[in-house]
Parts: sequence; structure tokens; C-alpha cells
Amino acid sequence: MSTVATDDHHDDHQESPYSIKRWLFTTNHKDIGTLYLWFSFIMFLIGGVMALVIRTELFEPGLQFVDPQFFNSMTTMHAIMMIFGVVMPAFTGLANWLIPMMVGATDMALPRMNNWSFWILPFAFAMMLSTLFMDGGGPAGGWTLYPPLVLQTGDALPFVILSMHFMGLSSIMGAINVIATILNMRAPGMTLMKMPLFVWTWLITAYLLIAVMPVLAGGITMLLTDKFFETSFFNAAGGGDPVMFQHIFWFFGHPEVYILILPSFGVVSSIIPTFARKPLFGYASMVYATGSIAFLSFIVWAHHMFTVGMPLAGELFFMFATMLIAVPTGVKVFNWVATMWRGAMTFETPMLFALGFIIMFSIGGFSGLMLALAPVDFQYHDTYFVVAHFHYVLVPGSIFAIIAAVYYWLPKWCGNMYNEGLGKAHFWLSTIFVNLTFFPMHFVGLAGMPRRIPDYALQFSDYNAMATYGAFGFGLSQLLFLYLVIKAIRGGEKATSQVWENAEGLEWTLPSPPPYHSFTTPPVIK
Amino acid sequence: MDKQTKNSKSVVTKLALVCVCMFGFGYVLIPLYDVFCDLTGLRFTQDSKQLVSQEIQEDTTRLVTVEFDVSMNQSMPWKVKPAISKLQVHPGRVYITNYIAKNTTQSAMIGQAVPSITPYVANRHLVKTECFCFENQPIEAGKEVEMALSFMINPKLPKDVKVVTLSYTFFDITQSAKINKLDSKESVLAFN
Amino acid sequence: MMSGNNWLKWLSAVSGMFAAMGAANAGQPINMPVGVTDISANVYDMHMIAFWLCVWIAVLVFAVMFYSMFAHRKSKGYTPATFHESTTVEAIWTTIPFIILIALAIPATKTLVEMEDTSDYDLTVKITGYQWLWHYEYIDEGVDFYSVLNTPRSQINGEEAKTENYLLEVDKELVLPVGKKVRFLITANDVNHAWWVPDLAVKKDAIPGFINEAWTKVNTPGTYRGQCAELCGRDHGFMPIVVRVVEQAEFDQFLADNTTLEKDGAEYAAVTQ
Ligand SMILES: [Cu+2]
Repeated sequence: MSTVATDDHHDDHQESPYSIKRWLFTTNHKDIGTLYLWFSFIMFLIGGVMALVIRTELFEPGLQFVDPQFFNSMTTMHAIMMIFGVVMPAFTGLANWLIPMMVGATDMALPRMNNWSFWILPFAFAMMLSTLFMDGGGPAGGWTLYPPLVLQTGDALPFVILSMHFMGLSSIMGAINVIATILNMRAPGMTLMKMPLFVWTWLITAYLLIAVMPVLAGGITMLLTDKFFETSFFNAAGGGDPVMFQHIFWFFGHPEVYILILPSFGVVSSIIPTFARKPLFGYASMVYATGSIAFLSFIVWAHHMFTVGMPLAGELFFMFATMLIAVPTGVKVFNWVATMWRGAMTFETPMLFALGFIIMFSIGGFSGLMLALAPVDFQYHDTYFVVAHFHYVLVPGSIFAIIAAVYYWLPKWCGNMYNEGLGKAHFWLSTIFVNLTFFPMHFVGLAGMPRRIPDYALQFSDYNAMATYGAFGFGLSQLLFLYLVIKAIRGGEKATSQVWENAEGLEWTLPSPPPYHSFTTPPVIK
Repeated sequence: MDKQTKNSKSVVTKLALVCVCMFGFGYVLIPLYDVFCDLTGLRFTQDSKQLVSQEIQEDTTRLVTVEFDVSMNQSMPWKVKPAISKLQVHPGRVYITNYIAKNTTQSAMIGQAVPSITPYVANRHLVKTECFCFENQPIEAGKEVEMALSFMINPKLPKDVKVVTLSYTFFDITQSAKINKLDSKESVLAFN
Repeated sequence: MMSGNNWLKWLSAVSGMFAAMGAANAGQPINMPVGVTDISANVYDMHMIAFWLCVWIAVLVFAVMFYSMFAHRKSKGYTPATFHESTTVEAIWTTIPFIILIALAIPATKTLVEMEDTSDYDLTVKITGYQWLWHYEYIDEGVDFYSVLNTPRSQINGEEAKTENYLLEVDKELVLPVGKKVRFLITANDVNHAWWVPDLAVKKDAIPGFINEAWTKVNTPGTYRGQCAELCGRDHGFMPIVVRVVEQAEFDQFLADNTTLEKDGAEYAAVTQ
């Protein structure tokens, strides 16, 4: 890591937003947050187009539009884009914008590294996307990269692995920055147990990132050396074991799942109290629940591979450990409901998305509990039931939380209110279409449709058609979101400092928009 | 600010160190996995040349069926079959059997057999004292060879296990074995 | 601010949507099959227990939540309470889920133990996954054959109407005797595959270089269809599994009629491209 140097001086004034130099060399947490968020939205569109290619091919039985190999690289790329290009950068963007303002710091602890960690990303994803045009096509072995299949990838393999190294490096740098900021930059009096939950969940997420991204890096490096340097980590002929990769991958992969959801918990825990006009219920238990979820995430990985063939004792251990996760997750949901209970609620757009999150994330949580039951998982595993499950926790889960966060803090960031009526329309359209897309997937999965297939038997046709309609509707609805955000940035009703009637936290004490360098003198915390 | 900068530097150093360690941990998972496999009997990993000690008593009251099976990986063109497909054995006694392999091609090849055993618990209790899978097997073009296997079932094998299946998959390693020969003095790849 | 009426309108629209989802598709399956083995019936029961449990928890929690959303609104002039902690309540909602989980884990463990017990079988079939076909070998009977998708290309490309078992039909079915415990030895030739027949509740990964075990004992004669369930490359979606379960006499006849064909796997795979 060559960019550990920290910055002592900052640019004194904000350059024109139209200067490329400003964005290229910026070390300002607000600028970098903005960059991350826009990058994430662009990736969301690209990954979304890939999803629509998939849904178009699956609209009816038969091979209509794309070659099965290309279909496989669409499913693979869609996952990589959405996970590493959308959800993770969006959360890092939110962290950049919000954490310094929430803990009363002027900026992130390591502004120059911050610039690096963002600017690595466009290169990494350009490289990843370029593999689609290489000999042999893009990666098509699934985002899980299981050998031996992934080793059949054409010229793309080393580029895919290199770009994933860059993505990992970027998120590790981001995570280090978050931890350094939270540990060192808090204003006097901001004790750990006074921090907003968003800061807490991000702190835990950052530790997860640092613990598992290097493991992924190790695993994919082994793939690379197996392919090009005659090692045999995953090659049975050389004494290796292809299943070993699955263990390494999911040792990374399961905590990764929580990396994708924990910051959402923080967002929702900020929004619900504001619009319920009542303090968050069980702050401390929220922190402990987040911590226990993070801990459990390290000892449940093999529930992704029950069918791989494991001794009974192993299967039982991973089943029980996985079921346990339901307890802290339940605590979180109950706490949110208790926060709402006897509040004085209003239902502005951020609140709607947060409530949508609670309900639909819970649906994903319930199917997760069902999936934890090993004997039944043999039926669910690698079917559309799993696809439905993780899309419920990721789309109306993580993505809804990100959208909620944008609506909630956008007036703070740009100083203007968004259009409330259209915001609500955006919520309802998104909610209807997201369910139309993913709910039928439970049905086809249970009825026996495997995931990652470009064509299917006739009894799955109706629900697949329905999911395709839903996907297009959901995709188009997001253009409304884009319009709303741009419109709010360009003008509109001025927002007050507090923006929301009952918003609490340091960021709401700053004017809207906040000065380019906020909290140059640390605030005093009661 | 200065103090914060210094603190930040130390946090970065520590966290970067954690990253490096976790990268290494990915690699450590491989031997750890072997330990895990040995403990649970998931895979055949321990060196089965481990001595069959004298104290092991033959259990003549018990019969266990050992099945011999074989698969060819990918384009492996050999024809391999076990000399006998099944054997009734007494735990604690060493048995010897053969696999017969024929290289059906026009060129010399090197094969590697990888053993796999079911049920899982049997992994720890099927002890191979000699096996063609310990080393790679070169066979001349068109030749047929007998490959020896001697093994013993440990009397500690749980009583409810009545059948143990020993399956070998043959891999064509002609290419990689040649490369390794060029690289080092020792031509034999390391196997369990 | 949305009025109560608006809320109801939206709610009924959404529930109408779900009702439409169900009604429009009366013909197509939406649930896991009960299957034709004791295990598959157990698994189905576990699935339904877990499902209804989730439904009831959801109904309870969301009922409280929706009640609160209707009753505790600012527009109704409701003054917010200020409580934000209650150790008792938190202890209760940590303990109750824990007890429910234990109740769920007990039958799951029982079923799992049964599934893993491959002893005392009557017949062994070795299953090998290839890109993109299956090979079956009755190892004690000396019968083996490949099983390949036989849906015509013209149906896949839409030049011809698709027939009933589109993509779920093969040239040679795996034939098994009814009421006999069949042990499967599962492996793969090239990359990972997974052998899955929902009606038997058997899904096991096929991994090159390793053998996995699974078993089934089918109670009802019939034809049961499944698919490869682990991404295995280009034609992963085109390697179905068909199991035909017959009476013992018919099974014996089947074995007698099928002397071992020794075909080269690579050659056969090339044919199917
Ligand atoms: Cu397959």
C-alpha cells in the first residue's frame, strides 16, 4: 500500500463543479462521496441492462436472443457489477459523505488515499467490462468462480482476476479510511456509544472488509497460479481439491453478504426514528446485534455448499450456526417496529423506502431461514428459490436502503428538496415491480427450475414472463429516480439545516448544503 | 490535527498488516482444511504409509466389503479396471490387489490416480500400505501394466459400516509432469 | 401526506397483483413436489413447517407494524412517546426466536441423519457428469450407458412447437426398481455438476476426482425428471435427468436387454455439441 500518506492541508476553496481537475485530484470527502455515488449509479445502469438481457432471454422458453455462453457471462457479470460496482461503492459513497459529518470531523482521516481508492474503481470496471470483447468472451463460470469450470474461461481470466484484485484493493483502502476516521477523528465527547448507528454498522462492515477481501484475493490468486503456473491448489491430479476453493470463496463470501447489508441497517436505523419522531429503540442491542451478526458470518460459510458432500457433523454445525443468525436479525426488526410503536409517524419518501426495506428484507430473511435447514436446502440449493432469496435481501434490501439514504440526505447534500410526490411514485413503482420480478421466482424455484439456465421447461413459463415484465418496470422506474435527483441538484425548494422535523445528529446542525469544509472547529457534544 | 495524523498512520499500519495476514490466512486455510478433513474424515489426506503397527489385531469375526471403482478424468484415454471389483475383508489384515491399466494411445503417457473413499468415516480407517496412487504412473504406448495396491481396514472402523468404496480417478498429467521434470531434479510430484 | 384511503387503495392494488399472480397460473406448479420417497415427503413437510412458521411470524410482526403505521400517525395528532429501551421486552424477543429455532432444528436434524445413511442398499448406480450429459453405470450388473437430452434443436430454436417434456427428456432414461434402496456414487469427468431429481429429493454435487454418495428408495413407479443443478458451462441448461421407476421384473428385463456398451466419453460428448 503505497498511498498511506495523510494529508495535512486541504484546498481552501471549492473549484467549479465543471472542472475535471477538481474531480480527478479531489481529496474532499464530499466530492469523493459524490463520485462514488454517481459511479455506483452508472454501474447500476450497466448491471441493470445485463439483468434485462437475462430477463429478455428468459421471457419465454426457447433460445431467442443470446448464445448460452453469452447468457452465462451476463449472469456472471451482472452479479460482479451489482455487488462490487453498485452496492459496495454506494455504501462507501454514503460513508464518505456522512461519517465525517456524523462524527464531527472535517474530512476523512486519509484524504489522499481516499482519492486513490475511488479512482481505482473506474479502471477496474473498465477492465472487467472489456473482457466481454476478448477471445472466448467474458467470465461465464458464475461470480462464484468455481474451478474447474472457471479455468475454462478464455483470454479473459487473468483480466477478470486482476480487476477483482483492484476492486478488493479499493474497498480495503476505503475500509481502512473509514476505520481511521471513526477511531481518530471523532469530535471531543463523541464516545463510541454515542455514535449514530450508521457509523457503527460501517465500522463493523469495515472490519469485515479488511478481514475477508484479502482472503478472496488469496483465493483468486491461487486460481491464477493453478491456471498459469502449474500449482495444484484446486487440481485433484496434483493433490489439490476443487472444493477447497469453495471453502475459501465462501469464507469471504458469507461475510461479504453482511458487508452488503449491515450499512443498510444503519441507514434504516437513522430514518425510522426521524419519521416516527421518537428515539431509536434499543440502541445498545442494535450495536450488539450487528456485532454478533458479523461474528456469526465467519462460521456459517459452508451453508452455501451443503450439497458438496460433507460429513454429517459438519452439515449439522453449519445448519445450527446459520439458524442462529435469525436471532440478532430478528432483534433488529423488532427494535425498528418498537421504534415506530407509539411514535408520531409521517410517511415521506425516505420513510416509505425504509418501511419497504423492513418488510421485504424480512421476506428475504424468512427464505434465508428456510434455506438454513440443510435437508430442505438440498431441494432449494441452486434453484430460483435461492435467486429470489438473495434478490429480496439485495434489491428491496440493500438497494432500497441506499435509495432511502439518498432521499433522506439529498436535501442536506445539495440544499434543495426533491419532489415529494414523484418520490412517492418512485417508491410505489419500485415496490410493485420489484415484487413482480422476484416473488414469482420463489414459485419456479420450488417447482424445480435451476438457476443460471438460459432456457427452461414449459411449466415455468408464466412466472418467468411475469418476472420479465417486472424487471423492465423496475428498471424504467429507476430513471424516475435519476430525474428526481438531477432535478433536486439543479434547484427546487430550499432545505433548512435540519431538513426533517425531527432529524437528530451532527450532520443536521450544518447548513444545507454544508460548507465544502465542515466542522473545521470540532463541534461540542453534550 | 498532528496527533490525529499520527494516530491515523498507526491505524493504517496495523490494518494493512491485518490485510497481509488475512491474505496469508487464505493460504493457511489449505493445510487447515487438511487438518479439518483428517478430523472429520472428509477427504483422504493423511499419509497412509503410516505404519501398520503390530498391535493391530485381525478381527476374524467381522467381514467388510471393499468395492473397487475407477473413473477417467476428461480426455484420459487409458483403459483401467480393478482386477477384482469387490473383496470381503477382515479388519486388521493386509490385503493385496491390482488395478490393470492400458495406455491405448500411440505415445508414452504419465497418469496420476487420485483416491476417493466413501463413506466419509472410512477415510480414516482404510490404510493403504502400498498404492499406485502414491506416485505417478508412466506407461509406454500401447502397454498394459498391473498396478499394485495393498491395504488394511482398521478394526476401529465403526461397526455399522459394512461396505467401503475405494474409487480412483485417473488424470492425464503427461504435460505437467514433463514441465516439472525440466524444472527440478525430482520428477515425482508430491502426492498424499 | 398520504391519506388512509390512499393507503388502502395501494394495498388493495398490491394484493390484487398477487391474487392475479396466483389466478393466472392455475396450471403451473408453485410449490415443492411432495415427491415419491419417504425422504422427499419428510423434506416437503419440513419445508411446509418452516414456511408456515415464517408466515405466522410475518403476520404477527407486520400486523403490529401496520397497526402502528395506521394508529400512530402524526396526522392523527398522536403525540410521540419517548421510551427507547426495555430489557424485559428485549430479553423476550431474543429468547422466543431461540426456542422456535430449536423446535425447527430437531426434525431437520432427524431428516438429515436419515438422508446421510447410505448403508444397507440393494443396488449401486454410479453417476458421472460430463459437459453436457450424464453417464450411468450399474456397477454390479455391468450395465452402463450415456443419457443425453433429446429435445430436437428445432424446438429449442423455436422452429417447431415445443412438446410436453421440452428440455426434460433424454434418449436413455435411468431405470430403477421400485421399493429398493438404491445407492448413487456421484462424480464428474470435467467440471462440477450436480445431480438433482426433485421428486426424489436427491441433489448432490458431482466433483471431478471425488465420489459423493446419495441414496433413494422410490415408493411409486413412474417417470421423474430433473436437471443438472450446478453451473457447468455453455449447455448447463441442457443436461436433464430422467428416472423411470419400474417393478422389479421389468427392471431385471431392462438389465438383461442392456449389455455393456463401451463408448468413449469424449467421442460421445463431441457428438452432442
Ligand atoms: Cu452439468
